[in-house]
Amino acid sequence: MSTDTVHDEVHAHDPHANTEDWSGGKPVFGASYGKLMMWYFLLSDAFTFAGFLIAYGTLRFSSPTWPVPDFVFSTTPFGGHGLPLIFVTFMSFLLIISSVTMVRAVQEGHRENKSGVVFWMILTIVGGAGFLGCQAWEWNNLIGTEHMSLTRNPFGTYTADGVYMTADGKNSTAEKDKFESGESYLIHKSHVGADDHGHGHHDGELTAEQKFLADANHMIEDQVKKGTIAMDAIPEVGINFPGFYLDNEGFIHRKFRTNDGVEGFQEYGPKAFGALFFFITGFHGFHVFSGVVFLIIIMLNSASGLYVKRKNGYEMVEKIGLYWHFVDLVWVFVFLVFYLL
Amino acid sequence: MAHESYEDSKKLVFKGMWVLAAVTVVEVIISLFGKGYLGINPKHMGNVGGVNILLVLVALGLIVFSLYKAYYIVYKFMHMGHEAKGLRMTVLLPMLLLVWAIIAFFYEGSAWKNNREKVNLKNAIELNDLGKPIVEEIKEMN
Repeated sequence: MSTDTVHDEVHAHDPHANTEDWSGGKPVFGASYGKLMMWYFLLSDAFTFAGFLIAYGTLRFSSPTWPVPDFVFSTTPFGGHGLPLIFVTFMSFLLIISSVTMVRAVQEGHRENKSGVVFWMILTIVGGAGFLGCQAWEWNNLIGTEHMSLTRNPFGTYTADGVYMTADGKNSTAEKDKFESGESYLIHKSHVGADDHGHGHHDGELTAEQKFLADANHMIEDQVKKGTIAMDAIPEVGINFPGFYLDNEGFIHRKFRTNDGVEGFQEYGPKAFGALFFFITGFHGFHVFSGVVFLIIIMLNSASGLYVKRKNGYEMVEKIGLYWHFVDLVWVFVFLVFYLL
Repeated sequence: MAHESYEDSKKLVFKGMWVLAAVTVVEVIISLFGKGYLGINPKHMGNVGGVNILLVLVALGLIVFSLYKAYYIVYKFMHMGHEAKGLRMTVLLPMLLLVWAIIAFFYEGSAWKNNREKVNLKNAIELNDLGKPIVEEIKEMN
């Protein structure tokens, strides 16, 4: 055979390209060393993710309440509100499509079609980068707009049916201020004293909640002007207002009456939620990120003709393909436990 | 790939895309139904002996569809079916360990929850004996 490649010079005695790493002369399970080890790496990685997701399930089972994901993840870019799961479904489609383009790249590799491999790998990279961009937006929204952190979960759940009070402590008559046990709410931060007046202008009519927040912020502002409170020095126990409670971090906890006549106020949701969300989606996002980096490296190697010389059907493309499908596979379960259930 | 023609396998890949996308859309619709976003709220229906059969079915359906997607990705995209039996078994069988992990940890989680309720109850009694008005707050909490 030809002796024009490095590969053939080194293993000139061996006609089977895939067997060089195994002294028995026959590859274990008919797969090359690299492919076999990729499978076992993915197995171990699956256990890591399973550990994370089971921890999530355990903590969720241990909490009397849990924020409803359809409520938590109902915001989309370009000002979409009240659109449950739409954005994250779009993110799932991005990963599915990039998985499909990856399969096409592997198929073109089997045919030793260099330009086909490079073309489909570039599409895969675009899909992966798009997913990362969406995730960055989602994190930014949760941290910057909704003030979720590793230890603070502003998404709570009602444990009884009831109705909110208005800012001056009367029972609200607005239909939208009634709530049912099991529904979720978001605790808002007062914008008094903040640099940006995030919720600055509203188009059209205010919702019941926006009206309440506007009233509440006015009441806080009045007190600040009078000098009775300072936003940067709220006492540890917070400040009591007729219709709400201002905690020492500036969050407005609305007061309500349950249908049994018991008074209560919005409490923070289960603390673990933020840490679980950021660690698990972050760990998955890190996999996507490293996958994109490896895809770029292997795409450049393919384009440079490196794998043409190896004559093994672009096996490197097949291996990164396995990894990339695994990232999609993990997302199926992250999507299930965080967003669907 | 050996036993399919190039054209056939190309078609199969794009069929896979539609299958996964369709299953995802079905899942999202089931999830929205389960949370009461589609006009009907299953929370108030299907209660049998304290268990909401409808919500159990929603959760089971979501899990089954996700497992189907996982199977589809592993067998059609990663070509697990074309690997040697030994490879298939050594990768897939260890996954069965997770079945017990899920049962054990979720059982543990429920136990934490029950204990937390007991602790809250105990706290209420003790504080009551001391005559502090914190009892009211605990009632609010629950």
